[in-house]
Amino acid sequence: MHPAPSVIIFTTLSGLGFGLMIFLGLGEPAVTGWTAFWFFLIAYALSVGGLLASTLHLGHPERAIKAFSQWHTSWLSREAWAAVAGLLVMGVYAALAVFFGLRVAVLGYLGAGLSLVTVIATSMIYTQLKTVPRWNQVLTPLHFVSASLAGGALLGGQITAASVLFLVAGIIQLGHWRVGDSRFADAGHTIASATGLGQPGRIRAFEAPHTGTNYLLKEMVHVVARKHAVKLRVLAFGLGYALPLVLIVMPGAGHMLGGVAVISHLLGLFASRWLFFAEAEHVVGLYYGARG
Amino acid sequence: MTRLPDQTSRKLGLVIDLDTCVGCHACVIACKGWNTENYGAPLSDQDAYGADPVGTFLNRVHSYEITPEAGPAQLVHFPKSCLHCEDAPCVTVCPTGASYKRAEDGIVLVNETDCIGCGLCAWACPYGAREMDKTAGVMKKCTLCVDRIYNENLPEQDREPACVRTCPAGARHFGDLGDADSAVSQLVAARGGVDLMPDMGTKPVNKYLPPRPKDTWDQTDVLAPFLTPIADNPQGFLGWLDRALDRL
Ligand code: SF4
Ligand code: SF4
Ligand code: SF4
Repeated sequence: MHPAPSVIIFTTLSGLGFGLMIFLGLGEPAVTGWTAFWFFLIAYALSVGGLLASTLHLGHPERAIKAFSQWHTSWLSREAWAAVAGLLVMGVYAALAVFFGLRVAVLGYLGAGLSLVTVIATSMIYTQLKTVPRWNQVLTPLHFVSASLAGGALLGGQITAASVLFLVAGIIQLGHWRVGDSRFADAGHTIASATGLGQPGRIRAFEAPHTGTNYLLKEMVHVVARKHAVKLRVLAFGLGYALPLVLIVMPGAGHMLGGVAVISHLLGLFASRWLFFAEAEHVVGLYYGARG
Repeated sequence: MTRLPDQTSRKLGLVIDLDTCVGCHACVIACKGWNTENYGAPLSDQDAYGADPVGTFLNRVHSYEITPEAGPAQLVHFPKSCLHCEDAPCVTVCPTGASYKRAEDGIVLVNETDCIGCGLCAWACPYGAREMDKTAGVMKKCTLCVDRIYNENLPEQDREPACVRTCPAGARHFGDLGDADSAVSQLVAARGGVDLMPDMGTKPVNKYLPPRPKDTWDQTDVLAPFLTPIADNPQGFLGWLDRALDRL
C-alpha cells in the first residue's frame, strides 16, 4: 500500500495524543491548574493535529461531516464519532481541571474510554480489510492500542506503566511483523484464485491492461525494497520501543532523558507506520502479476 | 446507506466469456466513452498525450498466459469491471453512505455528491474495480450502465451496457443472474461459470466462463489432408512439373 505521509502522521500522532488522553482521563497524572493546561494542550495538539492530517488525503475534505452518517457499518465513521465524543468529554473534564481545579472522575473515565475506542476504531479500519492480509490479523489492533498506551504513559510521566507497556508493545510489534510476513501466503490467495484459471505456476500475467500506470498500482501495489525494510525495522524497534524503555528505567532519569525518550519513540513509530503501509500487499496486485 | 440489502429482487450483472474475448479493448473504450459523456463526473485523464499518461477506467482488459500440462500455451484476455458483489465489502466500509447497493436490482453505485474521496472502498475491493478520479476527487466505478439499461430514450437494442453492446466478439453478456431461467444463468450453468477470488467471500454476481480446452499439436483441421506436402517422388503431371521446375 502507498505509504501516504498524511495517514502515517495521522495514525502516529493521534495514537499518541489519545494515549495521553487515556492516562489523563484516568487521573494518572492527576493534574489541575497550569500543569493540567500544558498536559491537555499536548494531548489535544497531537490528537487533533493527527485528525486534521488525515483529512488531507481526502478528495473532498469539505464534505468530511458526511463521514459521521454510517456508524452502524463503517469503522471509519465510528472512529469519527468516538474521536469527536472523546475530545468533547475530555474538553469539559480538562476545562474543569484547568480553571476550577476540579477533577470529575466520571468524566475522566468516560473520556478515557472514548479515547481508547477511538484508537481501536482506527486500527479496525485496517484490520477489517481481507484484501490486505498483513493487516487482517488480531495483532493489528493490539499493536495500535499497545503503542498508543505506551506513548501515552510516557508523555504522562507514568514511568512504571510506561516501562511495562513499552515491553509489551515492543513484543507485539515483533509479533505483528512475524505473523504479517506470512499472512499473504497463509491466506492462500494466488493468481489462480484471482483469475479462476487453472493452477498457480501454470499461469502468468502476460500483458498489463494499459501502457502507463494507474490509480490502483500507485495506491495499492507499492513495492518496498526489502533491504530498506530490514533496516527500517531495526530502526523502528530500536527507536520506537527499546531505547525509550532503556532511557526511562535508567536510575535518576529526569525530564531531559524523558524528552529524548519521547522523540526517539516518535521517530521509531513513524518508521513503524511507514512499514505498516509500505510492506502491506493488496490482493489486487495478483491481477498485475505481483507474487508471480 | 452502507448497510447491504438482505436480498435484492434481481441480480443484474455480466457474464464474461474468456473463451471468446479477443482482447481488442473495444469494451474499455466504449465504457470510457459512455461514462465520460453521461452519468456522473467524467472519467478524466492526466497527461493524456504526454510521456506519462494515466486515467480513470471502469473496465480494463488484462492478458494471461496459461501453460497446460500438454499442448501449446494459451493466451487468455481477461476483462475486469465491478462484479456487483452480493456481499460487497466496498459498500460496508464507506463512512458517508455514498456507496450503496440497490435493493431492486443489486447494482452497486456511488453517489458522487456524498463521496468524500477517502479511498477506503477501493482498498476494500479485492478486484481493483474502483478508481479514484484525480480531477473530480470522487470514487468511480462501473454503474452497470444504469443510465442505459432503463433508458427509454434509447432504441431498445441499446438498452444494455455499452461494453456489452460494443463487444465485436459477443464475449460479454448482460442479464439477471438471480433468475435461474435467464439466458445468462443458463449460459453460466452450461459453461461452468466461476467466481473470481471466491475465498474473499464477496459473492460476486458477475461470472467468468473459463476458456474451453484448446486443440493439441496433433489435432488438425479437416482440410489438413489436402494441405499435406506432396510425395517426395511425384508421378504423372506433377512429376513432370517438378522436374521441369527443377531444370529452370
Ligand atoms: S467488485 Fe469490488 S467494487 Fe464491485 S461490488 Fe465487488 S467489492 Fe465492490
Ligand atoms: S471514497 Fe467515497 S465511496 Fe469510497 S468509501 Fe470513501 S466516501 Fe465512500
Ligand atoms: S457496464 Fe457500463 S460502466 Fe460497467 S464496464 Fe460495462 S460499459 Fe463500463
